[in-house]
Amino acid sequence: MHRTGDLYGQFETLEQQKETASLGMWVFLVTEVLFFGGMFLTYTINRSAFSTAFGIGSNTLDITLGAGNTVVLIMSSLTMAMAVWSAQVGKKKLVSIFLIATLGLGTVFLGVKGVEYKQKFDHHLIPGHGFDMKYHPTHPMPGDDPKELALEKKEVEEALAHDPDINFHGQLYFSLYFGMTGLHALHMIIGAGLLIWLIKGSFAGRFTPQYNTPVEVVGLYWHFVDIVWIYLFPLLYLIDRHR
Amino acid sequence: MQSQLPIYPEQASNFAPQVDALMVFITAICVFFALAITAAIVIFFFKFHRKKPDDVGVAFEGDSRLEAAWMIVPLILAMAMFGWGAVVYVDYRHAPQDTLDVYVIGKQWMWKAQQPNGLKEINELHVPVNRNIRLILASEDVIHDFFVPAFRVKMDVVPGHYNTMWFRPTKPGRYHFFCSQYCGTNHAIMGGWVTVMEPSDYAAWLSGSSGVSANPVLAGEKLFAEKTCITCHVGDGTGRAPSLNGVYGAPVLLADGSTVTADESYIRESILLPNAKIVAGYQPLMPTFQGQLTEEQILALTAYIKSLQSQPVPAKGSGIAPPTGKK
Amino acid sequence: MTHEDYLNATYGIRSWLLTTDHKRIALLWLGSVTFFFFIGGILATMIRIHLLTPTGALVSPETYNKLFTMHGVAMIFFFLIPSIPAVLGNFLIPLMIGAKDLAFPKINLLSWYIYIVGGIFVLYSFGTGGLDTGWTFYTPLSSVYSNSAVTPAVIGIFINGFSSILTGLNFIVTIHTMRAPGMTWFRLPLFAWAHYATSLVMILGTPVVAITLLLAGLERMFHLGFFNPALGGDPILFQHLFWFYSHPAVYIMILPAMGVISEIIPTFARKPIFGYSFIAGSSIAIAVIGFVVWAHHMFVTGESTYAALTFSFLSYLVAIPSAVKVFNWTSTLYKGSISWDAPMLYALGFIGLFTIGGLTGLFLACLGLDIHIHDTYFVVAHFHYIMVGGAVMGYVGGIHFWWPKITGRLYPEALSRAAAVTLFVGFNLTFFPQFILGYLGMPRRYHTYPPEFQVLNVLSTAGASILALGYLLPMAYLTWSMRYGKVAGPNPWPATGLEWTTDSPPPTENFHVTPEVTWEPYDFQDRPDLGLAAGSPSPAPAHGDD
Repeated sequence: MHRTGDLYGQFETLEQQKETASLGMWVFLVTEVLFFGGMFLTYTINRSAFSTAFGIGSNTLDITLGAGNTVVLIMSSLTMAMAVWSAQVGKKKLVSIFLIATLGLGTVFLGVKGVEYKQKFDHHLIPGHGFDMKYHPTHPMPGDDPKELALEKKEVEEALAHDPDINFHGQLYFSLYFGMTGLHALHMIIGAGLLIWLIKGSFAGRFTPQYNTPVEVVGLYWHFVDIVWIYLFPLLYLIDRHR
Repeated sequence: MQSQLPIYPEQASNFAPQVDALMVFITAICVFFALAITAAIVIFFFKFHRKKPDDVGVAFEGDSRLEAAWMIVPLILAMAMFGWGAVVYVDYRHAPQDTLDVYVIGKQWMWKAQQPNGLKEINELHVPVNRNIRLILASEDVIHDFFVPAFRVKMDVVPGHYNTMWFRPTKPGRYHFFCSQYCGTNHAIMGGWVTVMEPSDYAAWLSGSSGVSANPVLAGEKLFAEKTCITCHVGDGTGRAPSLNGVYGAPVLLADGSTVTADESYIRESILLPNAKIVAGYQPLMPTFQGQLTEEQILALTAYIKSLQSQPVPAKGSGIAPPTGKK
Repeated sequence: MTHEDYLNATYGIRSWLLTTDHKRIALLWLGSVTFFFFIGGILATMIRIHLLTPTGALVSPETYNKLFTMHGVAMIFFFLIPSIPAVLGNFLIPLMIGAKDLAFPKINLLSWYIYIVGGIFVLYSFGTGGLDTGWTFYTPLSSVYSNSAVTPAVIGIFINGFSSILTGLNFIVTIHTMRAPGMTWFRLPLFAWAHYATSLVMILGTPVVAITLLLAGLERMFHLGFFNPALGGDPILFQHLFWFYSHPAVYIMILPAMGVISEIIPTFARKPIFGYSFIAGSSIAIAVIGFVVWAHHMFVTGESTYAALTFSFLSYLVAIPSAVKVFNWTSTLYKGSISWDAPMLYALGFIGLFTIGGLTGLFLACLGLDIHIHDTYFVVAHFHYIMVGGAVMGYVGGIHFWWPKITGRLYPEALSRAAAVTLFVGFNLTFFPQFILGYLGMPRRYHTYPPEFQVLNVLSTAGASILALGYLLPMAYLTWSMRYGKVAGPNPWPATGLEWTTDSPPPTENFHVTPEVTWEPYDFQDRPDLGLAAGSPSPAPAHGDD
């Protein structure tokens, strides 16, 4: 189908094109809800079955980094919404600025996630060979607070008494942790790619009050990815934290 | 082994006539509707065959009353099928109290059954006629299913779960049983025979054969000592753990105030995940025996604990919930 | 005289492999689903030959288990689920609603490529050791014990799921936003309604099975314990997650076929379909209720009695909308002007076989009966009646009905009628004996069986040879007709849909002028352009429900 200006060949009007793109993104997001939903369900069922191991798992996550990341992501949704608004009112320069800000904040999020993943690796918390929930308290790293460590050691030992299969169940927790946050991070990377594409378009002045559908539609996607994190954060980091 | 009319198996259990009657009922309804639709189609096909190439049909847009009728009538019939089927199923899922219990273990690709007196069988199951039989099913590896067509019953055997099924054989004879949940290479040859015997023959068979296999109660008693359960679960209630006298089948009071009935599943869970449910007034001290006991050993311990039903319950040091109401 | 149409507009393999024209994409799909149908069919042939004797001398037990597994995977995921939507839906939906293409043409092409990639993974699995877990992949057999190529197969099916999701997404958005002026929701052809309902199921169900298979695959690769009881997992959780998609999946497979029948019957009876809004509504009802019946596959797993009662009850409810369709189709024939052309024969064959298949579902939904017939050949017969007697007959009938539109040619009429009858007869001979086998107690997925079951097995295999002929005949004459068939003209039947108002084959942009719709669907009265008799007036003012 040939394209004339902004209008793709299969459409009759720009209005129809915009409506279609929007609806398409909404329908896609519904499928994403079901996609993540399957894993959320599995996590919830396993959590109630193995609350001890999952509680310990939650405790090994760095709540400062997690909370910080949550703020970063919420701010990025704000900048994304601002980008959409800027396009709608015709402030082309602002569109680029806000898109770049969003991309920047998203990159910060991914960077922090990388730091967290490295921590897990250092603490032998990657599922598979070498996984050991008892590792960290018995092998402190520089910068670890000795009081925290002692507390962690005690917790792990108590948990072992409760649940000798703690390493099996702990692996379940971390498999789901990496699965869910990994899938989320993958979606963020794809989002970053989409943002780069939008930024290029904004530099070329493509987005006007008459035609800003790509910005709006990517905005919807970005907000969705943000919302997934807002569910992930309490589920993974916060529940049973002070057991 | 086959019935006269080769379209249904022999009826050899209490459920067989019920299931067959259901089958006839549903078949009759379905045949009626299938014939009605077929007749209508065939008649219309011939009667309204196009006469001239330009002909069109007579337009009827629809008829709400007809639509309502052919929604409501099938719905009523469907509810009848549902209801009758539900009654049979609920009966099937609730074994009566007075069952003769046989433990059945499925593994790739064979069946092991253990009679109440400890006698073991492989790919065979001997049961007395006209007794309620309950099978307690466990799997050592993948999901299997124990299916006896002549009895019209089956139940999945799921690793990590206990499933139970019951039936009352009504006719002596030998009946095929099959594994009917695909379980790998030799799924199709993982079957055997159920032999239904007159009670006297069954008794004779039970005591006559080998007698070498240990009574599970005795085996369980031995294990109870060997695995040091006896150190804490002292019979007179003076140990660190509750006495197990009389506990089987009784309500147990838990630390969180709730009560649970001490059935096979509870006993198994207490052995494998001891801190899942803590008895009121006791500490969570019991270690788990996951990985240290085979399924058969757990069954033996269960049988032993069941046998303690008749032992005197100590006034202090039992986990049994006090009766509510009158003393 | 050749005019420019979508087939000859551009030449060269790149113009086909990189096309965004929904009609060309439909033909890409036609080729690939036919390929997988052949694979599934060859596997089925081997199964039936092996089962001629009780001891099964054709293949080893391991191989037999791979045959039925791969037959299921190939047929369900790579033939049945895409077939009608991806071939006929893709080709027809824009034409039926008066649009130039689907909403997202490039995503449409992407969907086909994703399917191909998924197919390659699965073929790789078939070729390197095969797959022997059953298409249902129950754990822990699939995630721990099986020694076959489970991982690539699971990856392939996972990838293929996205193809389904994208197709469903495309259809939903297209039907919402791309209808021509005057094409209101209740003027849509029922084929479109059927695909809308199907697409809802596709987009909501497929993501769940994707995640489930992903988790099972990860469990297998990294020895995790989601579904493996030895590591604290629960095999029943797998079954719930798996069937949450796989039950609605059967509605993905049958709803489009029902849509085809809803087009053929009014066309070849030359009158409006009886109860249009009830048929439309029943498609949506099936899609919705179909999501809450999944655990009727689990009545004997030890699930709670309350759960079993609930799912049995709901399973009976889901039967009602299907019954409504059968009654409405049959009523449409009353006082019609009925042609005996092949599409009508296929449609009537569908009604017969689908009715039997659907009615036997009532047996399985019955808790008391299911404890006997679950996992026996009764189930195998039931679902083949619906999937093959229903969905495949609908697919073949649809191919015949729209063949003139797609290719511009007619196929030889007498041969096509013979093929329809052959299919119907061969099908019944193959699968009816299996109901009896099942009630007698022959379990499914058995490479060997007790000798008393042999007669019925032999009957079934004999029928299968006739069934095969019923499939081979159309493949032969349809192919022949592409070159030598009579030229069809825009509307040979004639039929009332928008797709028939444009050329056969259509031009790339579908319509030279955007249509404006002013008539109700299946209206043969107010359509002088069809060149038919004026038709007798309705007996009374039509009290319809539109």
